[in-house]
Amino acid sequence: MRALTWHGKHDVRVDTVPDPEIVNPRDAIIKITATAICGSDLHLYDSVIPGMHRGDILGHEFMGEVVEVGRGNTSLRVGQKVVVPFVIACGQCFFCGKEQYSACDNSNPADKSDASEVAYGYPAAGLFGYSHLTGGYAGGQAEYARIPYSDFGPIVVPDGIEDERVLFLSDIFPTGWMAAENAGIQPGDTVVVWGCGPVGLFTIKSAIHMGAGRVIAIDHHPRRLALAKQNGAEVLNYHEVKVLEALKEMTAGIGPDACIDAVGMEAHGFAPDNIIDAVKQETKLGTDRQHVLREAIMACRKGGRISMPGVYGGIGDKLPIGAFMQKGLTLKTGQTHVQKYLPTLLELVMDGQIDTTDLISHRLPLEEAATAYKNFHDNPNEWTKVVLKP
Amino acid sequence: MRTQQTSTDAEMASTGFLDNDVHNGDHSSSSIQAVMINRPRSELYGFWREFRNLPLFMANVRSVSGDGRVWIIAGPGGFEVQLETEIIEDRPGEKIAWRSTESADIDHEGWVEFRDNAFGRGTEVRVMISYDPPAGAVGKLVAKVMQREPRIQARRELRRFKQLMETGEVSTSQAPVAAPRG
Ligand SMILES: NC(=O)c1ccc[n+]([C@@H]2O[C@H](COP(=O)([O-])OP(=O)(O)OC[C@H]3O[C@@H](n4cnc5c(N)ncnc54)[C@H](O)[C@@H]3O)[C@@H](O)[C@H]2O)c1
Ligand SMILES: [Zn+2]
Ligand SMILES: [Zn+2]
Repeated sequence: MRALTWHGKHDVRVDTVPDPEIVNPRDAIIKITATAICGSDLHLYDSVIPGMHRGDILGHEFMGEVVEVGRGNTSLRVGQKVVVPFVIACGQCFFCGKEQYSACDNSNPADKSDASEVAYGYPAAGLFGYSHLTGGYAGGQAEYARIPYSDFGPIVVPDGIEDERVLFLSDIFPTGWMAAENAGIQPGDTVVVWGCGPVGLFTIKSAIHMGAGRVIAIDHHPRRLALAKQNGAEVLNYHEVKVLEALKEMTAGIGPDACIDAVGMEAHGFAPDNIIDAVKQETKLGTDRQHVLREAIMACRKGGRISMPGVYGGIGDKLPIGAFMQKGLTLKTGQTHVQKYLPTLLELVMDGQIDTTDLISHRLPLEEAATAYKNFHDNPNEWTKVVLKP
Repeated sequence: MRTQQTSTDAEMASTGFLDNDVHNGDHSSSSIQAVMINRPRSELYGFWREFRNLPLFMANVRSVSGDGRVWIIAGPGGFEVQLETEIIEDRPGEKIAWRSTESADIDHEGWVEFRDNAFGRGTEVRVMISYDPPAGAVGKLVAKVMQREPRIQARRELRRFKQLMETGEVSTSQAPVAAPRG
């Protein structure tokens, strides 16, 4: 089959690779009909997440048609259309029992779990197409994918619905939703969202749906800010205003009730090779780009909430911990517990309550995936979200 | 007799991991690991007690035969070590301890213990694996076979055991079949 593979920093290629096969009883194979490139993929493209190997297939936002089902899977049938959560979860461990699916204890293979156990204290769950730290699973920017624990994670979508309306249930819609949920929004709250990428946009949509009084969105790309505005947010361009002052002024000195970091680590200072050594030696590995988190802590009102869907991987310093404590803030974060939200969010899509397609700027064949990566990375103003068709 | 936290890696503060009378193994390299498994104690004991099941989650154990007594340990380049074991303690539902017999290529000893978690979270499983590689060139090879560090080996084996017991399968992303790559 054809698949988008990683070969190093800013080097991804569409290669011919072997087809996946059913290995475990609960596996399924799906023929992918649509897949997307995520801001998280850019962290891999920029080589700032450790544990990538040459030839790894990327992609964790994908959907398709079930073409083969393992003998232990009694809930999926060949021919069904499914959207696959980017988090792989078994459904049976302690964490899955608590609906903390991105903490699943079983989905990261035993021989891949050592690194994250050292780096994070406990092994991370498995994710599709997202380095060997989180399982080394092949991703979905491909013609076919093997879905482990497929009787638990994927959600079957109704016949006839356009792929684009449900594709983002795989990641960014639930991620924006959980980001808003983690912000503990009360009616009338002022919510600030840093980053108007796909995650920021879904966070804005979700926050408004949850009853936020006002959403203020921050970015510097005009197109992305325009999308935020179109979705009901007031916008700030951080190249034009001093963010802290502007927020203080806009809230008449009270400050925002909830601050959401939908930007994450970005490219600097997270040296892939030495993360594990660095953790062991307890040396400071400055990620140096927690700018947004720091700003969010400073901007947040006393007693307010911070939600952090943006991805961080290593160690950071210079957090304004005093402001965090003295103001009595709360912080919630994590890889999204996708499975938990799927039934609710599918219903919102079916009811037409949330527009899931307005952010798509480009639709390309899988063969052009490398160009798509380059553009999504280099021209984020025009390239707001890319959908690939195998 | 001493009091110590036996689970250095799992760091579980549960009373199940504090023991007053722990036998840590006599050999030069040993490790105790602990894991919580969301299945009944009797089921876990029963599965482990059938030593023929060991190859399902112990990567180095190629086969078990002779009523569970003869283990073939596989290594790089087709190299194999035969290990004859005997059970030295067997408390149904609670504990199994074994060790290698005089005739084995490696001195090995291990035990596994099952306890109900006091707070309904399942079964606490602790495993001790200890061995002395023989001297000389063969010893070096054996150490390699055992992945040098029994700690890592035991940890991975317990993870696989947990996966198998909780989900019915062992998670894998083994290339190329389970995870094709370029
Ligand atoms: N928690 C999860 O499960 C999860 C899931 C998906 C994505 N993510 C993460 O969410 C983050 C955003 O993803 P995305 O797909 O929207 O990425 P993206 O790269 O498309 O968007 C990030 C946006 O942040 C903006 N930005 C950069 N610096 C900023 C600053 N100082 N202030 C305000 N805005 C700033 C950029 O201009 C860009 O528009 C990434 O870190 C991604 O890895 C997390
Ligand atoms: Zn994503
Ligand atoms: Zn699980």
